[in-house]
Amino acid sequence: MERNIALIAVFAALVAALGLLPPLMLASGIPVTAQSLGVMLCGTVLGARRGGLAVLLFVALVALGLPLLSGGRGGLGVFASPTAGFVVGFPIAAFATGFVMERLSRMNIGVAAGLASVLGGIVVLYIIGMLGFMLVLSKGPVETLMILGVYIPGDLIKAVLAGVITAGLARARPQSVLSRS
Amino acid sequence: MISLTSPVETRAHRWPAAVKLGALAMATVGLFTLQDVLLHAGCLVAVLLVYLLPGQVFFRAGLGRLRGLWIFAVLIIGWHLVTSDLVAGVVIACRMATAVALANLVTMTTRLSDMMAVVRWLLAPLRPLGVKTARVELAMALVIRFTPVLALKGQMLTQAWRARSRRRPGWRILVPFAVLAIDDAERVAEALRARGGV
Repeated sequence: MERNIALIAVFAALVAALGLLPPLMLASGIPVTAQSLGVMLCGTVLGARRGGLAVLLFVALVALGLPLLSGGRGGLGVFASPTAGFVVGFPIAAFATGFVMERLSRMNIGVAAGLASVLGGIVVLYIIGMLGFMLVLSKGPVETLMILGVYIPGDLIKAVLAGVITAGLARARPQSVLSRS
Repeated sequence: MISLTSPVETRAHRWPAAVKLGALAMATVGLFTLQDVLLHAGCLVAVLLVYLLPGQVFFRAGLGRLRGLWIFAVLIIGWHLVTSDLVAGVVIACRMATAVALANLVTMTTRLSDMMAVVRWLLAPLRPLGVKTARVELAMALVIRFTPVLALKGQMLTQAWRARSRRRPGWRILVPFAVLAIDDAERVAEALRARGGV
């Protein structure tokens, strides 16, 4: 139990710490932050339940007023802004990533983590994120996808990284990769 | 860890957090039912005037936190200019800005400890169901402590990389970074168990 709480708290802090890294600029000039990479890792390393709880903890602390989102954002205003859906979707995305990861237990761990990150950390996250965007800005799904779609290439890179990092962790600390034990 | 509460003491700092949160929820729902463009513009101006009440420092800090919304406002109004429905665009942009400004106002005038008290109160009904709510609070405190520690360890890894290589530290430091985080978690778990567990 103590181990679960400590791992959940550390991964919530990992999501926050990754948001502090300066955003990477793609060739297209679109900034990419490492924060959603942290969300993917919560799912691929901790599994559905614990990964979802870790990110839920992170989002709760953002709501309470800590500046943990990338760019030092936080507080209740985040949940009224056009990107609210993505923040609300983070825990669900981590859960979905972990869920897929647990179903792919026979596959190579890196490939499974990459695939789970694409399904959970991109597909599920964008569905919820787009719903929030459409609600706040009264836009249709096509227009929304045109605006938000520019971030998808960066997210695909993050899914590949999530696969590589999860495979690395499985080699370095196999007993801590709870999605596989 | 710095929270987003404003250091400028206002009268609203002393109001009960639960009341502020309830009022915010009602105001946000109200904003989504309003349709008239003049009312929306009025609401936005009114909220900005409230930001001015505690003085210049508070006002500037508040405006700084709304800066990220400009791009969305321009996007929306520009879009509606093309579809020749400017009024609807202004309504959406005003509604968004007012809703975010109101929510930030609650965050800026409520201390973290008061927010935690609301969380404790909201979790209380779960206690008879067997949920150990003290664990939630312990986990929150751990995250608040772990975040600066991990940020520092990330900086140290970056410096170690720079000492060895002329190339930029990229994704390659992420695996050792995650390993350090996991090792920290295992040690904290041991320490918690040694102190009698949770």
